[in-house]
Amino acid sequence: MPSLRDYRDRIKSVKSTRKITSAMKMVAASKLRRAQEQAEASQPYAVSMSDMLARLAENVILTASSPKLLAGTGSNNRHLLVLVTADRGLCGGFNAYAVKMLRQKVVSLKQEGKDVSIICVGRKGRDIIRREYGSMIIESFCDVFGKNVIEFSQAHAISDYIRTLFDAGKFDVCSVIYNEFKSVLTQTPTTQQLIPFRAPEKQEKGDDAKTKDSAGAKAKGPSSPYSFEPGEEEILSKLLPRNLSVQIYRAMLDSSAGEQAARMTAMDNATRNAGDMINALTLQYNRARQAYITKELIEIISGAEAV
Amino acid sequence: MSKKIHFDLVSPEKKLVSEDVRMAVIPGDEGTFGVMAGHCSLVASLGTGVIKLYKEDEKGTPERIFIMGGFADVTPDKCSVLAEEAIPVSSMDKGRLEQQLRDLNEDLGLAKEKEDKARVKKQIGIVNAKILAVSGQ
Repeated sequence: MPSLRDYRDRIKSVKSTRKITSAMKMVAASKLRRAQEQAEASQPYAVSMSDMLARLAENVILTASSPKLLAGTGSNNRHLLVLVTADRGLCGGFNAYAVKMLRQKVVSLKQEGKDVSIICVGRKGRDIIRREYGSMIIESFCDVFGKNVIEFSQAHAISDYIRTLFDAGKFDVCSVIYNEFKSVLTQTPTTQQLIPFRAPEKQEKGDDAKTKDSAGAKAKGPSSPYSFEPGEEEILSKLLPRNLSVQIYRAMLDSSAGEQAARMTAMDNATRNAGDMINALTLQYNRARQAYITKELIEIISGAEAV
Repeated sequence: MSKKIHFDLVSPEKKLVSEDVRMAVIPGDEGTFGVMAGHCSLVASLGTGVIKLYKEDEKGTPERIFIMGGFADVTPDKCSVLAEEAIPVSSMDKGRLEQQLRDLNEDLGLAKEKEDKARVKKQIGIVNAKILAVSGQ
């Protein structure tokens, strides 16, 4: 049976843990506000960008000379998955959810006999999958979320790297997996296809949707004829790489806001659990103390009676 | 003739302008063009230069915003500009830019690698364009 001092020590250590978790919660809350503001500020750009691209894609008839980022390479045998996670842990299931999604994706692609390679953004994701899929990881970008603000140039560097790989013909299809920031309480792991470009609302359609889409757009006709300055091809060839960076940037911002939200929730729970534990331990401590006093009293009384 | 067009200017980091203007003058890659209400639908890629926003009529002093590359998406009632970088001209300081230019020229003298030189030259081009914008050209 533990002594009174053991109980006291345990209560003390749980109390200091509670202090740490509640401090972490407050730090996460203030970081969350900043990350959320940033994510919201970048929203209009990303939305207008994909609107514009969707309209462009409707107007352009896919030919062999179309930019590969839009038309694809013609096959879809080699897949590149970009996994966006946090750099740090202690944020509940945040990283695990994204990794779970990646696993499912890898398994289903493997079953179809596709070739898969992975790029990790954020240290935790890499650490988790390194043992399992180590041979598939071709590059990882760590410590991107360390600073207070995520700069666009960081997303640009990643998209540059992806584009170099694409131009070198290393993969056919590229998707990004990240935790979408829905609200402070929910972050949903999401997969978004980046290359070849696909307008977001058409995402749920199958692989053959691309040909159908362009046919459908032609039948419906654009709302008003667009003119392009310079030509469509030039604009597309500038816009598509740009869009890639923007989508990655958005995924990173969403993920970083989600990370802070997840950490805040996790630390809130931890603080509450520590409180419960302290209550339970204090109860046990008091019982033990009472038992000890009673025992001493009995000893004194029986001693007095014996005299 | 009080028809206005809605003008949006967004950069990856934030939304800078969203208001109704009489006319917007935009530095396209193939020449500067003006946009008024009822403009035909157009998608254009933009170069480095200054966007001028005429809020009330074409004669007033325009609001000037320096942009570096991007795209404009014009429809008859709306004009959105996606700029890679955008800075209001009023917030730029000529003296500091000239100092920057001097520093960069110094760097160019020191740079040995070919890539370094190209990078510095590119920056000099940007600073020069900014100075031009500030001096009101």
